[in-house]
Amino acid sequence: MRHLLSAGDLDAATACLILDTAAELATVTDRSVKKLPTLRGRTVVNLFYEDSTRTRISFEMAAKRLSADVINFAAKGSSVSKGESLKDTALTLEAMGADAVIIRHGSSGAPHRLANAGWIGGTVINAGDGTHEHPTQALLDAYTLRRHLRGGRGDLDGLRVTIVGDVLHSRVARSNVLLLSTLGADVTLVAPPTLLPTGVGTWPCRVSYDIDEVLPHSDAIMMLRVQAERMQAAFFPSAREYSRAYGLDRARMAALPDDAIVLHPGPMNRGMEISAEVADSDRAVMVEQVANGVSVRMAVLYLLLGGSGDLTDGAA
Amino acid sequence: MTNVILDGSDMGRAITRIAHEIVERNKGASHLLLLGIPTRGHPLAVRIAAAIERIEGVAPQVGSLDITLYRDDLRLRPARALESTSIPASGVDDQVVVLVDDVLFSGRSIRAALDAISDLGRPRAVQLAVMVDRGHRQLPIRPDFVGKNLPTSLEEQVRVALVETDGVDEVTLTGSGEDGAA
Amino acid sequence: MSETIVLRGVHPYGEAAADIVVRDGVISEVTGAGAGGGDRVIDGTGLIALPGLVDLHTHLREPGREDAETVDTGSQAAALGGFTAVFAMANTFPVADTAGVVEQVWRLGQESGLVDVFPVGAVTVGLGGSQLAELGAMAASAAHVRVFSDDGHCVSDAVLMRRALEYVKAFDGVIAQHAQEPRLTENAQMNEGALSGVLGLTGWPAVAEESIIARDVLLAHHVGSRLHVCHVSTAGSVDIIRWAKARGIDVTAEVTPHHLMLTEDLVRSYDPVYKVNPPLRTADDVAALWDGLADGTIDIVATDHAPHALEDKDCEWGAASFGMLGLQTALSVVVETMHRTGRLDWRGVADRMSVRPARIGRALQHGRDLAVGEPANVALVDADATWIVEPALLASKSHNSPYAGLELPARVEHVLKAGVPTVANGMVVR
Repeated sequence: MRHLLSAGDLDAATACLILDTAAELATVTDRSVKKLPTLRGRTVVNLFYEDSTRTRISFEMAAKRLSADVINFAAKGSSVSKGESLKDTALTLEAMGADAVIIRHGSSGAPHRLANAGWIGGTVINAGDGTHEHPTQALLDAYTLRRHLRGGRGDLDGLRVTIVGDVLHSRVARSNVLLLSTLGADVTLVAPPTLLPTGVGTWPCRVSYDIDEVLPHSDAIMMLRVQAERMQAAFFPSAREYSRAYGLDRARMAALPDDAIVLHPGPMNRGMEISAEVADSDRAVMVEQVANGVSVRMAVLYLLLGGSGDLTDGAA
Repeated sequence: MTNVILDGSDMGRAITRIAHEIVERNKGASHLLLLGIPTRGHPLAVRIAAAIERIEGVAPQVGSLDITLYRDDLRLRPARALESTSIPASGVDDQVVVLVDDVLFSGRSIRAALDAISDLGRPRAVQLAVMVDRGHRQLPIRPDFVGKNLPTSLEEQVRVALVETDGVDEVTLTGSGEDGAA
Repeated sequence: MSETIVLRGVHPYGEAAADIVVRDGVISEVTGAGAGGGDRVIDGTGLIALPGLVDLHTHLREPGREDAETVDTGSQAAALGGFTAVFAMANTFPVADTAGVVEQVWRLGQESGLVDVFPVGAVTVGLGGSQLAELGAMAASAAHVRVFSDDGHCVSDAVLMRRALEYVKAFDGVIAQHAQEPRLTENAQMNEGALSGVLGLTGWPAVAEESIIARDVLLAHHVGSRLHVCHVSTAGSVDIIRWAKARGIDVTAEVTPHHLMLTEDLVRSYDPVYKVNPPLRTADDVAALWDGLADGTIDIVATDHAPHALEDKDCEWGAASFGMLGLQTALSVVVETMHRTGRLDWRGVADRMSVRPARIGRALQHGRDLAVGEPANVALVDADATWIVEPALLASKSHNSPYAGLELPARVEHVLKAGVPTVANGMVVR
């Protein structure tokens, strides 16, 4: 495995290797020198076609902690905004000697294309593509779940994780369903039927339209961002109705088991899918998710770039 | 062709001797931090610490130090899984760090370990204890405490087995089969 | 005086060996006893003789996108594919919505001379879907347009569709509908189903095709017009057309070679060479299309040959254009999926790829029997040969073939158009 394109490409052993590696790398944060020499001389490009400050910064910090040279290539104000194609941008980066390209793109499958079209030879890491996947987000969520609910070790066997919201448009949900189920978790998706993809019945998870039925059986609940604009396309009648039916407020949080945690990939719509009270409660682990994101991305960068090239050989 | 160079009791005596030498050299066990290099350096460090405690009545601190991220040969092989690094809360500053490893060969692992330690802080001194020194150094590094000096050819393999990791205590030498005369 | 050509030892429709003698552009003799010599003898021993193929659905891109295809390069690809006539779709720049543009395309086809190019006229001005184009003027032009289509766009306005269906009756025209309900397919990228959900690509649901076909057959019935349905791609569409034909509605339908062979699973690669409209569907749909074509519910195979310049395909999925090359591979794909599997004999292949498309498009000199007195439009096919598709070697200016690297059966060796060789030994001749 030379690229990280989909959470579905990870088997349980490889996923655990990434999480274990992240746990080791997390200790770097506590040291006086928060830097490792591992990727010295390697060049990592952040190629972001969509604005995503938090993901870009997270990758940038991860790469820098491993001593890689980081180039940020945002679409806005660059050659891309002048109409340069993905291919030409890729050829440029290749000519400059990029060892890895971390790509965020609005078109589903763009990272696959970048990895397989023969434009570049380096490693490609998917930092979110269209409504397809966001594998490092799923890894940091799995890491967070494992740390809180499984003592930071092993897989997530039997862990009950509920994901609520706009699954249809969510790359976070797709990657999480794949990864968490690979790690043995029992995943339940909760959304109005309009916000569930066709064929969701074939996914390795359960589906419910009723959040209140699922809450008491959830060890963790992940609230997805729901954009109010969706109601213009008739996915739901109004923000108010959505919030009433699917939002997580204090009363609903009380229905969760005592040690259950609340996750959100951010950015949050307070008052829409999550109430301010819940977002600021001690059940909510959003701030920790951000920190874990750096560790997980360090692990991915190390495992993909730190050796001679093949991640799964290293897992053996 | 595999020969047993040290058996369990030989190794036990070597560990005890190394413990005595460490105490003697450092005039006691205070400020001592034994850092084992995974995989087998760490259980060796634990055993040496126990031996020091038997001698001094005080156990030195023990930790483990994974050097993978500091290796100079990372790109020659697929990325390796990391081993555990655990440094006692007091850290390495102003401690006498004794690095513990099973076999000293090229010296490159120890070079990596020295880099790792310097990123953790500033020890008073760093010393090196190994179960076997098989020679063939590629860097100006020498051990302070040695269980067994074992002249080898480059074709031969030295393996330190420990109960904790391998179920048995022994040091073996596997030859290439035809250079027994060396 | 025109030369006499003898096609020696060929098998008309795969049947008993015969010599076909062509004189003055017409078949003058078909004999199993051995014809005498002619000015030219083509050794056709073992080759299958078919009436020249007719493609009711081709994009030749000229005028406007000559970087992707021209009438001439498209004609070369067509001839090499065994075709003697193609219908050129109207979505050019400018759109073929006036007598001027269709006459230009017609003239370019005559100048190339390798196949008869019949321009398709747009149904609405600029394919805009709001105002009828001057259908009568196009019909009365030198191009004699009989097929009208907004292909690429659906005539989704029910009233406009009704009027178009009615209006073309005056000159025996037909509306070829690109059945795609636009609101149900906004930003659609691939077949809607479990796979689109997994790949995160906006779905193109079967119902968006089927609902338009259902509406259109009812409209055609109501106004007593004939209707042609372009590139049928779903099992449900086949059912609806079967139902309509059983009720006596004058509807015909086409299927593309790629919908007979390829399924949506190819989209997993995100390689835009598989991006096409309507999208590749499921294996169940493909099986229904086989059955529909075999039993005649689907009348014809039409290529929907859609050349695209490299930059429109060598990009990410979302940015890529829809469409695939088809002219040079069509017969091979039909042989692979329909003939070798026993679903169509050679007469069946001739019927679906020559006779019926010529009849739907009113191309009177094409799709005729291999019989004395008929126009000598003939393709000779080596049915036992196989070849590996190498897109760069195809005659088309573009290379977006989904069959790259695939081994396909059947090679077109010789083609006569109106008695004149256009292909000899697999090469274009002029």
